[in-house]
Amino acid sequence: MIRAFGYNEFLFLLSAVQWTLMLSVIAFIGGGIVGLVVALGRTSDVKPLRWLSTGYIQIFQGTPLLMQLFLVFFGATVIGIDMSPWVAAAVGLTLNTSAFLGEIWRGCIQSVPRGQWEAASSLGLRYPGLMRYVILPQAVKVAVPPTVGYLVQVIKGTSLAAIIGFVELTRAGQIVNNATFQPFLVFGIVAAIYFALCWPLSLLSQRLEARYAAPSR
Amino acid sequence: MALATEPTRDGVAPPMSADVVIRMEGVQKWYDQFQVLKDIDLEVHRGERIVICGPSGSGKSTLIRCINQLERHQKGRITVNGVELGPHHRQLDMVRREVGMVFQSFNLFPHLTVLENCMLAPMKVRGTTKAEAKATALRYLERVRIPEQAEKYPGQLSGGQQQRVAIARSLCMNPKVMLFDEPTSALDPEMVKEVLDTMIGLAEDGMTMLCVTHEMGFAKSVAHRVIFMDRGEIVEQNTPEEFFTAPKSERTRSFLGQILAH
Ligand SMILES: Nc1ncnc2c1ncn2[C@@H]1O[C@H](COP(=O)(O)OP(=O)(O)OP(=O)(O)O)[C@@H](O)[C@H]1O
Ligand SMILES: [Mg+2]
Repeated sequence: MIRAFGYNEFLFLLSAVQWTLMLSVIAFIGGGIVGLVVALGRTSDVKPLRWLSTGYIQIFQGTPLLMQLFLVFFGATVIGIDMSPWVAAAVGLTLNTSAFLGEIWRGCIQSVPRGQWEAASSLGLRYPGLMRYVILPQAVKVAVPPTVGYLVQVIKGTSLAAIIGFVELTRAGQIVNNATFQPFLVFGIVAAIYFALCWPLSLLSQRLEARYAAPSR
Repeated sequence: MALATEPTRDGVAPPMSADVVIRMEGVQKWYDQFQVLKDIDLEVHRGERIVICGPSGSGKSTLIRCINQLERHQKGRITVNGVELGPHHRQLDMVRREVGMVFQSFNLFPHLTVLENCMLAPMKVRGTTKAEAKATALRYLERVRIPEQAEKYPGQLSGGQQQRVAIARSLCMNPKVMLFDEPTSALDPEMVKEVLDTMIGLAEDGMTMLCVTHEMGFAKSVAHRVIFMDRGEIVEQNTPEEFFTAPKSERTRSFLGQILAH
């Protein structure tokens, strides 16, 4: 019962894009929130916080994303939590994204000149105010291009969620291929859809970078 | 020092020695093995204006940065406005509110307008209302003679204007003491005067000032006392008259010889 690849199969792939996007958005938002904490820890004056966040970043940057997803997915089962592939993928991608964004943002925070910290502290601003009103607004400007660029990695990373059984674009491609046996066509289309999602973001990132790199004021 | 009985600039009675704003006793600081400050003793009285000079690397910046703890000292005591600086944040906060600092490189916040630069600390540190902070900011911008630049961003101003904004920003916190670290060294020559004039204006209003500078004209006309530092020590301190005409130590003489030759 081999089917031909037709309009319905194509629609199936397209509708799976929403799960890829959903997972990307969740990983990005969750990763962004945790990533900010990680970046603040990395730039902290408190040594234990620096160690902790450095260790966190090194673990997630030094192991494959797929292993992290496996560990979350199967680890949850081991400790008796019945975690759906959907939740496992969201948690795994969030953790992974937070480590990478944390490291990117650490660099952005540290790119704000020392004199800004000194001026703000000498005016009596303490850490929270100093960060919020002086350092982070300046760091954000530097952070936008690489962060948009990293979003591309997040989208591509969601494809690994297929392996723990979450049906997003890649998994949908596998399902269609199992029915049609037209791997080149099917995965060609899947790849083209990923490209259509990622390419505009890459371009945007490059343009933002060019804009911020231009001599300012 | 018998400062209290000596004549001073502009005939104003010199500050009373009882009224000590800053007291440093036996302050020492190291960077690793390298000792930057060696046993610094210094008292600054209310209304007193002190100029610190000395060769590059002698510890001038480090000394004044210890006063508001941008640098931590390892030994000795520093008391500002009756508060001794210790390991606790509370003292540090109290001191920083009362001590203004002006940097060589201005360090204005580039993402905020001139007005916002001046309003930030009063609102977030002192909890002043927005309206009040704005009124204060405009008053001090007026005083440094750039109220018309209030809505601009620092990057749109000249160096001299930026430094005057930096002075206004500090004044908005209503500090008891102002520290200056080579405030005119990063300026084009034609802008030095506008900043020095602003500082002279502050002096005339009785601000307590501790100023690292090599502007000897400023020292002569404004300072009550000139301090010469070399290799982490206060080598000599005296009234400007004595300091420039009859320096006591050989190191001071050779330093003066160098900078006055320029
Ligand atoms: N963060 C640091 N780490 C190590 N050494 C430092 C540090 N900051 C300053 N120093 C050293 O401490 C000494 C005193 O520095 P400081 O900046 O106080 O000198 P200065 O008198 O202000 O010099 P200048 O006229 O060049 O500004 C110098 O020898 C300098 O190299
Ligand atoms: Mg210096």
